[in-house]
Amino acid sequence: MIVTIASGKGGTGKTTIAANLALLISNAQLLDCDVEEPNAHFFLKPEIKTSRKVFVRVPVIDESKCTFCGRCQKLCAFHALAVLPSKVLLFPELCHSCGVCSHFCPEHAISEEDREIGFVEIGSRGQLQFIRGLLNVGESMAPPLIREVKSYLNPTRTNIIDAPPGTACSMVESVRGSDYCLLVTEPTPFGLNDLKLATKVITEMKIPAGVVINRCDLGTEDVRKFCEQESIPVLMEIPFRREIAAAYAQGDLLLEKMPEYRPSFKKLWERIENFAAEGAA
Amino acid sequence: MKQIVTISGKGGTGKTILTAAFSAIAKNHVMADCDVDAADLHLLLSPDIKERHLFQSGLMPKLDRERCSECRQCVDHCRFHAIRDDLSLDPLACEGCRFCEYVCPMQAISMEKKNTGEWYLSETRFGPLIHARLGAGEENSGKLVSLVRKEAKETALKQGADWVLIDGSPGIGCPVIASLSDVDYAVVVIEPSLSGLHDAGRVIEVAKHFGVKSLVVINKYDLHQGLTTEIERFCGNRKIPVLGKIPFDKAVVEMMGQAKTIMETGKSEAKTAIIEIWNRLGKMIHSSGIKQSNANA
Ligand code: SF4
Ligand code: SF4
Ligand code: SF4
Ligand code: SF4
Repeated sequence: MIVTIASGKGGTGKTTIAANLALLISNAQLLDCDVEEPNAHFFLKPEIKTSRKVFVRVPVIDESKCTFCGRCQKLCAFHALAVLPSKVLLFPELCHSCGVCSHFCPEHAISEEDREIGFVEIGSRGQLQFIRGLLNVGESMAPPLIREVKSYLNPTRTNIIDAPPGTACSMVESVRGSDYCLLVTEPTPFGLNDLKLATKVITEMKIPAGVVINRCDLGTEDVRKFCEQESIPVLMEIPFRREIAAAYAQGDLLLEKMPEYRPSFKKLWERIENFAAEGAA
Repeated sequence: MKQIVTISGKGGTGKTILTAAFSAIAKNHVMADCDVDAADLHLLLSPDIKERHLFQSGLMPKLDRERCSECRQCVDHCRFHAIRDDLSLDPLACEGCRFCEYVCPMQAISMEKKNTGEWYLSETRFGPLIHARLGAGEENSGKLVSLVRKEAKETALKQGADWVLIDGSPGIGCPVIASLSDVDYAVVVIEPSLSGLHDAGRVIEVAKHFGVKSLVVINKYDLHQGLTTEIERFCGNRKIPVLGKIPFDKAVVEMMGQAKTIMETGKSEAKTAIIEIWNRLGKMIHSSGIKQSNANA
């Protein structure tokens, strides 16, 4: 099973929920797909066993074969190539590694080479498997790295994905293929606005979803009303407490620091399992 | 004219709240919301939309079944597995690279422009706002950010504005890189947590990579004094100026509920702190030999 924890708005407590759930359930595996700013390791403190660089394929032009005909530039949909009278320039940060230029070069002057964009780390904490991706600073494209992290999805385990915030391509790439998506929000106008956007994407993707309202006592009733209107179940509410904020700040796990939350996380997980089973039915 | 972007690396640290507060204080400025993927600034500024424009970016293939011979060349060559076994398109997986179109022997595939969003020029009680909305799940947010930036700058130049105040986007990827281009300073909002510090550290690196100087604001600093001290030490070691610290203040959420900035409340600790931060920012820009507009509130 694959359960993704997402949120339109950042900083709502998505990673807290993901890390604590992963800790609670047996035979789990956490995949941190927030490759721009992965944070789950602060809470889970896994022992990292392997680290692997992640590459994308970019074209290399053999200028001894190239006739500077300009075809590659014309065909590249991303304007990643510029053909000058005696040189072909590549803008690697624009290249989507689609393979069009190398396939269609009439002189077979284009081959491909690896370009590093980040790395993936694999580790564990007791029974829990842990995988995260980290995008190199200055790199702009997260989706290929997210795909790499997701290649570690394991059908024999319960996979918990910590998705990046927002509703753009990285979030979609992370959520794709999930059995259930949990949206973490807060009851403020920002939280509501971003929840609406996230709900729209998840609905389009036809993935069953539920909501967790964090800092549920700081704000208004509007998020609850919205969930009711849209028939999205609210699976858990967590109040604002300075102790929770402090535990979070230090990277402490709620389940360890405040075991009184264990029952509500257990209940949350049961409800996710039920809804996911319903969704699959 | 000075362009200041507020960023944070991590989301939810209060970057939009601070940008909105700056907008309420600054005189003669234009605002830009570059968090096009989850834009929130408009919720505090109640913009009156004057102009609405379509943002078209990227292409999407359309398959003509009449012409198709089901040779599956398109399926085999698409590196993004965006054409399914039944030859239907998975629009969320498609990157619009045109490989399928080029390779199709029957000319059965044509490309259509995608509407990936909208952008707006609005009036607000604090001045003009350029904002946008990226279609759900779309890519090219970097391009939309660059467009918002360009429009904001043009509006500012036309009006002879002193400032462009930009609400940046979270993360360190393409929209952030586009938010950072050509700005004078990045105000980095950090909350005192291990993840907040780590994420801010990454985005400060990105700013540095693109030659932009960072200035730090610590938000909700009293939620963890120890980590606030650590952030100050981190900044001290790297010679990054700390503009100030904002306490946790329930008034911020209350004002948000009324669609107002924190500057529009009566007395509030957060408000006082932000005025100081703005003045310090003004002084800093002034002392670097740049003309500043008067700040008061
Ligand atoms: S298509 Fe091939 S031959 Fe033509 S300019 Fe590009 S690399 Fe050179
Ligand atoms: S691989 Fe695709 S995106 Fe990259 S340069 Fe070649 S045609 Fe352009
Ligand atoms: S445009 Fe590119 S990504 Fe989209 S379906 Fe065609 S080959 Fe695949
Ligand atoms: S390449 Fe063209 S003809 Fe072949 S299956 Fe695709 S659309 Fe049909």
